[in-house]
Amino acid sequence: MSDLFKLADKTFNSRLIIGTGKYRSFTEMQDAHTASGAEMVTVAVNRVPLDRATESFLDYLNPQMQILPNTAGCFDAEHAIRTARLAREALETDWIKLEVIGDKVTLLPDNEQTLEAARILVKEGFIVLPYFSDDLIMARKLLDIGCPAVMPLAAPIGSGLGVQNPANLKIMREQLPDAVIIVDAGVGVPSDAAMAMELGADAILMNTAIAEAKNAAQMATAMKLAVQAGRLGYLAGRMPKRLYASASSPIEGAIR
Amino acid sequence: MIITVNGETKEIVREINLGELLELLALPSERIAIELNREVVRKKDWAHITIKDADKIEVVHFVGGG
Repeated sequence: MSDLFKLADKTFNSRLIIGTGKYRSFTEMQDAHTASGAEMVTVAVNRVPLDRATESFLDYLNPQMQILPNTAGCFDAEHAIRTARLAREALETDWIKLEVIGDKVTLLPDNEQTLEAARILVKEGFIVLPYFSDDLIMARKLLDIGCPAVMPLAAPIGSGLGVQNPANLKIMREQLPDAVIIVDAGVGVPSDAAMAMELGADAILMNTAIAEAKNAAQMATAMKLAVQAGRLGYLAGRMPKRLYASASSPIEGAIR
Repeated sequence: MIITVNGETKEIVREINLGELLELLALPSERIAIELNREVVRKKDWAHITIKDADKIEVVHFVGGG
């Protein structure tokens, strides 16, 4: 069964988007990327160091992969917009993962600044994929101004806490049936990824859960399978929850 | 003249353009972007823009991230 993931003007086979940060080596990152089956990877925009030569990090990425630059490290709309423009110039891509952080301790998003930046970037022709708090009303606003998808967090970035508020994700899915919802941040283990997909997420973006695993490539495989399993489970439609038991084997006709 | 590049103060003794600045600082010219006083400068314009005193320049590339 064909179940392609459509996002803006592109189509992907994989519903797993992965990061490029925190890996212990480039080789480990490459192995994990291959194992994950991901077709899109995120990268960060950063100042070129002036005191030493640097190798091109991008050379370590599979050229088949779509590169999604982010605006990580930006604490207001203005910095995020400047970062997005720089990324577009350097990579010749209109795609941007918009991230405007409100607080250094929690790295929770500043939704107000995110919306402001998204509005301007959409007008400038960017494909804006915004990271934001798992809030239905905010999701609606981001979609209304022209974001092709919304990326609610499951838990704080790099926390690995898993889906902290499944009800919010479920409500978002039910109220925005046509929206592309990508759960971004907070996944720790494969069951978290499966759960988010079972709740109806269209895709998952993760970095730390794979990069900080003892065996990153193995975890990447596990995440790939979990995303697939969760997706299939969602499409299949779950059984109703019941407070009491419902026998699987016939009770009538059992010997007495 | 004194300029700021990526937050660091640099003294430039002769008139140079943005492309020459990259060479002077031994920075790569591929898959990077330059911002001059908060405005992105297209790559095709690097050779045509001469650096002035007190300019603030950002040169960015890509690193691992999530």
